[in-house]
Amino acid sequence: MSTGTLIVGASQAGAQLAASLREAGDTAPIALVGHEAHLPYQRPPLSKGYLLGKTDATGLALRSAAYYAERGIEVLTGERVVELAVDRAATARGRTLVFDRLALTVGARVRRLAVPGAELHGVHHLRVVADSDRLRAALPFARRVVVVGGGFVGLEAAAAAGTFGAEVTVVEAADRLLGRAVSPLTSEFYLRAHRRRGVRVLLGSAVTAIAGTGGEVSGVVLADGTELPADLVLVGVGVVPRTELAEQLGLLCSGGIVVDPDARTSIPTVVAAGDCTVQPGPAGPIRIESVQNAVSQGKIAAATLAGCPRPAVEVPWFWSDQGDLKLQIAGISAGHDQTVLRGDPESERFAVLYYRAGALVAVDAVNSPADYLVGRKALAQGLTVPADQAGAADRPLKELLVAAP
Amino acid sequence: MPKVVFMLSNGTETGVDARIGDSVMTTATQHGLDGVVAECGGNLSCATCHVWVRDDFLDAVGPPGEMEDDMMDLATSDRRDGSRLSCQITVSEDLDGLTVEIPPEQP
Ligand SMILES: Cc1cc2nc3c(=O)[nH]c(=O)nc-3n(C[C@H](O)[C@H](O)[C@H](O)COP(=O)(O)OP(=O)(O)OC[C@H]3O[C@@H](n4cnc5c(N)ncnc54)[C@H](O)[C@@H]3O)c2cc1C
Ligand code: FES
Repeated sequence: MSTGTLIVGASQAGAQLAASLREAGDTAPIALVGHEAHLPYQRPPLSKGYLLGKTDATGLALRSAAYYAERGIEVLTGERVVELAVDRAATARGRTLVFDRLALTVGARVRRLAVPGAELHGVHHLRVVADSDRLRAALPFARRVVVVGGGFVGLEAAAAAGTFGAEVTVVEAADRLLGRAVSPLTSEFYLRAHRRRGVRVLLGSAVTAIAGTGGEVSGVVLADGTELPADLVLVGVGVVPRTELAEQLGLLCSGGIVVDPDARTSIPTVVAAGDCTVQPGPAGPIRIESVQNAVSQGKIAAATLAGCPRPAVEVPWFWSDQGDLKLQIAGISAGHDQTVLRGDPESERFAVLYYRAGALVAVDAVNSPADYLVGRKALAQGLTVPADQAGAADRPLKELLVAAP
Repeated sequence: MPKVVFMLSNGTETGVDARIGDSVMTTATQHGLDGVVAECGGNLSCATCHVWVRDDFLDAVGPPGEMEDDMMDLATSDRRDGSRLSCQITVSEDLDGLTVEIPPEQP
């Protein structure tokens, strides 16, 4: 008899994997084990609506307890797997789990700053619901907020902090914002847009220390010796994929758990999905941190475990809400060699189309959902928009679609 | 608590208690109604929460917003008069008994 599936990590990818196994008709036991105290929930609102008090914890949950119960998915919350072999696992609380199929959906942990003062009271991170709770409790009392890191999470939180009336400074080490994710055109837009909204942005500035008095944060020290006064610091310098368990099993890891297009790790009976994985991308191995990727890989991993055909590959997509600026991204821009701007960034409504060897590979759309969607549709259906016409913002993008050469 | 009734593509009807202030999408996903996928969690980025609002509730629900309209135009496979993205409908006392049909395919 099958001892079933163990899924380590109960978040976006793990919850999807469990649900998809049941949808595929798998009837063996499923244990979905998660270190956090909550049922799987959504992280995106932690730096958006939830941080602003627009949704509560119940609204974050992906599914209700009844959902898992009705499908025979056993969710073990507050349990951390500390020892792992291919057929059994032990948790920190001493529970032993046996299984014959294994999925790792362990995600990533926040990267901490390796500078003096990084552990001072008043230094925040943002990954789990408790982080957002702490930040939300502190923001109304903060007068000067420094956000370290100009990535999505940092900029979303900076926009939220502004609405609480704090003076906000974003410190970014690179020479542009969102450097890993978007083109310089989009970076430049966000720089100007945040500045227009009163956020101070310092580029090319490395943080060398966090200053404090009596254990409380009081400022952020930069490489040039400047000290920015702060009573609240949010560190948003990215995440580190969790690979400890994979390493215990001897799985190949390289900046994440290496998987193939079927979400298989280097041990073919073990699958992995979500933020913890590195997968083949258009321009070399790539680690994607997005809900869409976690969900899509979760579905693929379930199909692999259940022995079903691989579901159709989805076009990657992502969104980021920074105050009233809605960014929607379709496709993967890595490896592009040309960009075309559609519309006027000063109007805060525009799109950037990315091309590689003449073919459309991605779209960034700011407050332009139609362009985002047409881009997504084009990528899904093998269509393109000729680069020499894409800039004609007076014509709807969908009228410019043609078959890819 | 207001009730929201979901008509599934297999013809069955499920009435669920909804929290005021939650979206119709959240009401559906938390009750495990499979046809509402809601991949973006209500961020108006996926259109996988498409529903058809039954005629007698169209006025109470009101028309779609501009972005929602664009999303549905491009992303939903079978757009009808009652088409709405359920993440954009907020449950209120006035919507008690709201009946929506879940399309067989998302988006
Ligand atoms: C503030 C914030 C905003 C975001 N905004 C967006 C957005 O707008 N759009 C978007 O697409 N994406 C966004 N993301 C990214 C998105 O949330 C992640 O890509 C997604 O959560 C990845 O899911 P996952 O299941 O792979 O991993 P995770 O969500 O990291 O979950 C992994 C889980 O595994 C558990 N775990 C790890 N090790 C063990 C163990 N040994 N035993 C038991 N449990 C374990 C962890 O406790 C954790 O709960 C955001 C993320 C954050 C933090
Ligand atoms: S849930 Fe994604 S658009 Fe409604």
